[in-house]
Amino acid sequence: MNTKVVIAGVELKNPVMTASGTFGSGMEYSEFVDLNRLGAVVTKGVANVPWPGNPTPRVAEVYGGMLNAIGLQNPGIDVLIERDIPFLKQFDTRMIVNVCGKTVEDYLEVVEKLGDTDADLLEINVSCPNVKEGAIAFGQKADCLYDITSQIKAKAKQPVIMKLSPNVTDITEMAKAAEAAGADAISLINTLTGMKIDIYKRTFVLANKTGGLSGPAIKPVAVRMVYQASHAVNIPVIGMGGIATAEDAIEFLLAGAAAVSIGAMNFVNPYATVEVIEGIESYMKQYGIEDINELIGGLKE
Amino acid sequence: MNGKKKTEARILSQQMIAENIYDLWIASDMAEKAKAGQFIGIYPKDASRLLPRPVSICEADKEKGALRLVYRIAGKGTEEFAGWKEGEQISILGLLGNGFPALHDIWESDREKKKVVLMGGGIGIPPMLQLAREIISEGNRADIIAGYRDGQLFLKEDLEKYGTVFAATEDGSAGTQGNVLTVMEQRQLEADVIMACGPMPMLRAIKRYAQEKKIPAYLSLEERMACGVGACLGCVCKTTHKDPHSHVNNARICTDGPVFEAGEVDI
Repeated sequence: MNTKVVIAGVELKNPVMTASGTFGSGMEYSEFVDLNRLGAVVTKGVANVPWPGNPTPRVAEVYGGMLNAIGLQNPGIDVLIERDIPFLKQFDTRMIVNVCGKTVEDYLEVVEKLGDTDADLLEINVSCPNVKEGAIAFGQKADCLYDITSQIKAKAKQPVIMKLSPNVTDITEMAKAAEAAGADAISLINTLTGMKIDIYKRTFVLANKTGGLSGPAIKPVAVRMVYQASHAVNIPVIGMGGIATAEDAIEFLLAGAAAVSIGAMNFVNPYATVEVIEGIESYMKQYGIEDINELIGGLKE
Repeated sequence: MNGKKKTEARILSQQMIAENIYDLWIASDMAEKAKAGQFIGIYPKDASRLLPRPVSICEADKEKGALRLVYRIAGKGTEEFAGWKEGEQISILGLLGNGFPALHDIWESDREKKKVVLMGGGIGIPPMLQLAREIISEGNRADIIAGYRDGQLFLKEDLEKYGTVFAATEDGSAGTQGNVLTVMEQRQLEADVIMACGPMPMLRAIKRYAQEKKIPAYLSLEERMACGVGACLGCVCKTTHKDPHSHVNNARICTDGPVFEAGEVDI
C-alpha cells in the first residue's frame, strides 16, 4: 500500500501535514504525537523581524469553530533558523516554512535567508486576515498575487506554495494567477474573516474586532474551494479547512487535494494528525486502495 | 516531556457550593503530579463547542488519585459541565501550565521558615487551597485572604484547615468590607511573599502593593485560551523582558505561566 505523495518534486511519506499557526514549530505537539509519522510539519508564519501580534483577547469560540486574531506574532526568521529548523531536522518528516511579511521586500528577505536552510518547501502566507498593513492585498487581488509570486519565485531556492485566501469572489482566478506566476503549488483555505459580538457588554469579543474563522464550521466551504481550485490549475493543491477526521481528509483528497493539513482541530484533539493518518490507512485497506494517489481527484462527476 | 495528554476521566462527585460555583471531583492519575497553580482543560461534550475550558486545580489528592476542580459558570460550555453527574466520563487535557514556585525554590539557600500571604479573588480562590496545602506541608505558615462578592463564602472552611483565613466581601455582608488588600492593610499582615490569583484589577493592585512594600509576589493570570499547550499564541501577556520564546515581550500564559513573578509581567 502506498501512501506517499509528491508535492513540487518533494516526496511526503503521507499526505497529512499541519496547518500553519496551529502547530507552532512542532515542539509543543511533539509531547502528544510522534512527528516522524507526519507527512510534513508546516511552521507558524515567520517574518524578517519579530512581530508582536495583536492585543488580547485573540481567540473566541463560535459554533463549530473558532475565531483567531493572533496577528502573526512570531520571533523572526533568525530565531526560526537557529531554534526551530534544527529542532524539526531531528525528525523524519518534511519541513515547510510558512513566510509572512508586510511588504514584498519583507517576504524576499525571509525567502532568501531560508535558501541555505534545510526547509523542504516554502509556503507564502498572503492571506492572513488579521494583519492590517499590506499583506492581505497580495492575496485578494489577482494582479498583486501574480506580482509577489513571481518576485518570490525569482529568489526562492525551494519550491514555493502560495497560501490562498478564501475571502475572494472567485478562488479560481487567484489559483490561476499563482500558477501563471510560477507557483509550484497552492494551499487553501486560510481562515474566513468573521466577527463575534458580546451582546451583554455590547463589545467585540476580539480586541482586533474581526478574526479568522476556522474549524469544522468552514469545512464545506473549503471542500468546495479546493475542488474549484484543483480543477482550474495543474499544480498541486494542498487542502485544509476544518479537517477533524480521516473521513474529512479523504473528502479533500477526492475533491482534488494532493495533501491535506490539520489546523484548528489540533487544539481540540492533539492526536488528530496521527489519527487522520491511521484512519486514511484503514480506509485504504478496507476499500482495497493500493495507492493513495488513486484518491486524489478521484471524485466521480 | 512532562507528560501532557488528552484523556478520559470519571466524575466522582459534583455539587453546587455557591451561586454558579461548582465543586467537581474527578478520578485522574494527573493528581499524582499536579501542583498548585497548574490547570487542566475540560472539554464540553457538545461537539459544537470545540475548545477545552481551562480550570485550575483546587486540590490534588495523590492517595485517592483524584482532582478537585472548582469552577464558575462563565458561558455555555461551563453551563454544560454543571449538569454532569457522578460516574460520567469526561475528556480532559493536562497537566497544563507551571504552578506556583515552591518556597525552597524562591529562597534556595535560606532554610528559615517563611510567612506567606495567599490572596484569592472570586474564582481565583480555588487554587489557593492546593497552594496552602503545599505550603503547610513544608512547615511554612500561611495567612489566606479570600475576596468574595457577597456572603457566599465558598471554600472558606476548607481553607481554614491550612491557615488563618480572612474573608473580604465587596458588599460587606461578611468579613471585612472591601477587597483582599483592604484586609492586608487593616490587619497589618506581614508577608515574606504574596501569592495570588484573581481578576486582573486585583492582580494589578497586588503588584503595585508588593512593589511598594518590596515583597516578592507571584500572580496567576488568566486569558482566553485555545490550545492550552503553547502552540496557538492566543493567551499571551505582556512581559517586561524579552522572553526567550517569543522575542517580542509576549509570554504564553498557558505554558510560560500561568504563574508569573509580578515584576516579570506588564499588567
